[in-house]
Amino acid sequence: MSSIDLFFQQILNGLTLGSVYGLVALGLTLVYGILHVPNFSHGALYMVGAFVAFFLIVDLGINYWVAMIGAAAVVAILGVLSERLVFTPLRHAPPIHDKIAAIGVLLFLEAVIMAIWGAEFRRMPAPYTEMLSIGNVAAPAQRWLIIAGALLLMAALHLFLKKTIAGSTISALAQNREGASLVGIDASRVAMLTFAISGALAAVAAVLFAPINLVYPAMGHLVIMKAFVIIILGGMGSVPGAILGGMIIGFAESFGAFYISTDYKDIIAFVLLVVILSFRPNGLFTQGER
Amino acid sequence: MKYLVQKGGWLILLLLCVAFPLVSSNDYQLYVMSLAFIWAIAASGLNLVTGFTGQLNLAHGGFMAIGAYTLGVLTVDYGVPFWIAFLLSGAVSAFIGYFVGIVSLRLKEHYFAIFTLCVGFILYLLIEKWEALTHGTSGVIGVPAPPPIGPVSFESAISQYYLVLFLLVVSLFLMHRIVTSLLGRTFIAIRNSEELAEALGINLMRNKVLSFVLSTFFAGIAGGMFAGFVRFIGPDIAHVMHTFDMITFMLVGGIGTLLGPIVGTLLVTWLTQSLQFLQDFRMIVFGPLLVLLVIFFPHGLVGSYKIWQVKRAAKRAAEAQQAGTPIQSKSRIETNASGEGVGEEARSNA
Repeated sequence: MSSIDLFFQQILNGLTLGSVYGLVALGLTLVYGILHVPNFSHGALYMVGAFVAFFLIVDLGINYWVAMIGAAAVVAILGVLSERLVFTPLRHAPPIHDKIAAIGVLLFLEAVIMAIWGAEFRRMPAPYTEMLSIGNVAAPAQRWLIIAGALLLMAALHLFLKKTIAGSTISALAQNREGASLVGIDASRVAMLTFAISGALAAVAAVLFAPINLVYPAMGHLVIMKAFVIIILGGMGSVPGAILGGMIIGFAESFGAFYISTDYKDIIAFVLLVVILSFRPNGLFTQGER
Repeated sequence: MKYLVQKGGWLILLLLCVAFPLVSSNDYQLYVMSLAFIWAIAASGLNLVTGFTGQLNLAHGGFMAIGAYTLGVLTVDYGVPFWIAFLLSGAVSAFIGYFVGIVSLRLKEHYFAIFTLCVGFILYLLIEKWEALTHGTSGVIGVPAPPPIGPVSFESAISQYYLVLFLLVVSLFLMHRIVTSLLGRTFIAIRNSEELAEALGINLMRNKVLSFVLSTFFAGIAGGMFAGFVRFIGPDIAHVMHTFDMITFMLVGGIGTLLGPIVGTLLVTWLTQSLQFLQDFRMIVFGPLLVLLVIFFPHGLVGSYKIWQVKRAAKRAAEAQQAGTPIQSKSRIETNASGEGVGEEARSNA
């Protein structure tokens, strides 16, 4: 392979990673916009999504796409439950408490999955195994699937938020809680809707990514932390920021792993965050207010 | 006499801890208890920055690991005497803590928590990948046990137990001095309202960094003792799960109280021991427990007790006021309420 082909290969890798991170970060940023809670349990939702799909595909022999929908539904319900049972009662608690509660949810979900499936690594079969090349860049079909799927979902989410009433209630609540209540928006319904969407996005991201990765109880740790880095970079609560931030981290990682060191590729995102926040404590794309 | 009554809880706890080896039936129980004391030191360090100053530091386990690795690497690879390495474990942790602090404490609330979560992960990955320094995933094996000081040696389980207990008592005494000093009041003021504290002329950054550095010092010391006690350290000790464990300890006992983290650590450790059959699944119990605690019981055991005390005193004062002796008793409650961080929180919550 010539070096220019390798370069394109890295771009493809960056796009793949960026798509997955972007989807996870989107869910996180939506929830943050509504509740102002950094949902530490989001990574666990991502992980549960992968396991549910794994169970449906491998143990029940269900089609990949149906399994994806099933996983999204299960995780969406989990998200809504956590909102109802955990975050709503803590709406007026001191700021540390909801973070700790989110950690509690994370620990619980992980332990449950461990209890059911154990700690070992599993491989989810890819639905399409052929190589697909566009131009000179050849890659497994799953990678193209991830990129296409993520872009499609992001576009759909954008349309949903901008063009439908249910979607604009989410934006309204994120912009101004009192104002939204004044015009008759039911805050708790919107919060539930947001958690459902956020959970579904995490599950879809996990199911897309799982065939080229592994499925294990700790799989959410790194992803969620990178998602946090992304939404800090992109501005917490900002939808375009999450997508752009996801791409930045995805590219930084794929190029970093290739041109610097594979060993330290997971650190790149965090070092980037530390460096950026050292100079811009409010993130890259935020203007003034926090 | 009044002093003794006020400090009664402390004395009873200390006596129980001193007497514990006499009633424990085997070395294993001593081992568990000693380990719990070490965690309690680290947890009370976390309590200083999180409970008293209001900054949720999720890198605390990482700083404990820095302490542990400082001691382990210095003694095993460089032949530094144990006690010098032990002091350095606190110093190195605090030194790194200073630089992390001046960067991370510019951020507020969520940003700070997420930032420190990332710092904790960087520390974990560094320890795992930097094989030349840390031996990578294989860990540091054969860390020496604490050597004798003068005539006192620490070979038996009992002597090690008392060594750790001594360290805990010293740490708590230091913590007590910090929290009850003007500095401690400053920290509490920052926790209750940064804006108000700043308006009172408190230098936020300086005090937050100081609190952070002090807490990392305690984490480092605890880590150093951990390495000398367990005799083996791997990257796992830096894992964020340990920070979560310490948060649980702190919450169960009572966040923002001196005694809370100690009570919480001992209680949860023994609870875990008796739930031994759960092993890796203990979080199925502790995860929801954490959530329930935060929702229904946010002040923990010690905190709730203190609030009950304050309320009782207030009730008595109200009764006394009706009986016609208002001024003296009223001033007593006020000192009582502001003397304890929790009392203040109870008032602001009410």
